[in-house]
Amino acid sequence: MANFTPVASLIGGVLIGLASVWLLAANGRIAGISGILHGLFAQPPGDRFWRLLFILGLVAAGFGWHAFVAPAAAREGFGLGWAAVAGLLVGFGTRVGGGCTSGHGVCGLGRFSLRSLVAVIIFMATGMAATYLVRHVL
Amino acid sequence: MIHALGAGLLFGVGLWLSGMANPQKVLDFLDITGNWDPSLLLVMGGAVAVTAAFFRPLIRLKRIDFREGIDAQLVVGAALFGIGWGIGGYCHGPAITALSNLSAEAFVFVAAMVAGGLVARIWPSPAQGR
Repeated sequence: MANFTPVASLIGGVLIGLASVWLLAANGRIAGISGILHGLFAQPPGDRFWRLLFILGLVAAGFGWHAFVAPAAAREGFGLGWAAVAGLLVGFGTRVGGGCTSGHGVCGLGRFSLRSLVAVIIFMATGMAATYLVRHVL
Repeated sequence: MIHALGAGLLFGVGLWLSGMANPQKVLDFLDITGNWDPSLLLVMGGAVAVTAAFFRPLIRLKRIDFREGIDAQLVVGAALFGIGWGIGGYCHGPAITALSNLSAEAFVFVAAMVAGGLVARIWPSPAQGR
């Protein structure tokens, strides 16, 4: 557990929670990022502007982090084929399952939803299984 | 509208500070048989501590309805999402903010993620946006 970062991770988590409360209080929206992203492509186009701003904020945070805190670091040795497969599964799975780590995790658990708790347990379990297979078996 | 930008910024800073924007760290959490890094439990714990305190009254105030109940869509969707998460170490927020790395993997992942969401649209009984 040499890589354990309890303080930064806890504070970062609190900021994520505060951002979710902010979006709900100010805009009446749930900060499920899969829903925010895929809503951009909804037909008919409706409330795209706030979604775009939220996503711009997310990306800008990354550029700001690299400018002021730590330089950008790309990981080595992760094939683009794997990135494509993983992205397809994440995009497809979250839309069928109605949420991701933020929607079911941060927001769903925060409202004590049994549906979200079940989703979190399932995606944690299959995530651990997939990581095990990719890192230790394949 | 400025609130959406601000909330996105704060969310993104939280992702970087917590380590979630680093897919290697996410995989170190999911890899329970390896050199396990439990940090992400604290990310989730910290975030849910805040939402648990404020969400229910705000949801009542804003009169938001949620789908309840557990169905096959939820189980299959969450399972597939987890597999993709466990392969790449990215879910939506971290992948989007990691575009700032200007790395090919982040762009390919986000493009594939959007495509996967569009495919889900033509799936029987498509999930509604959350």
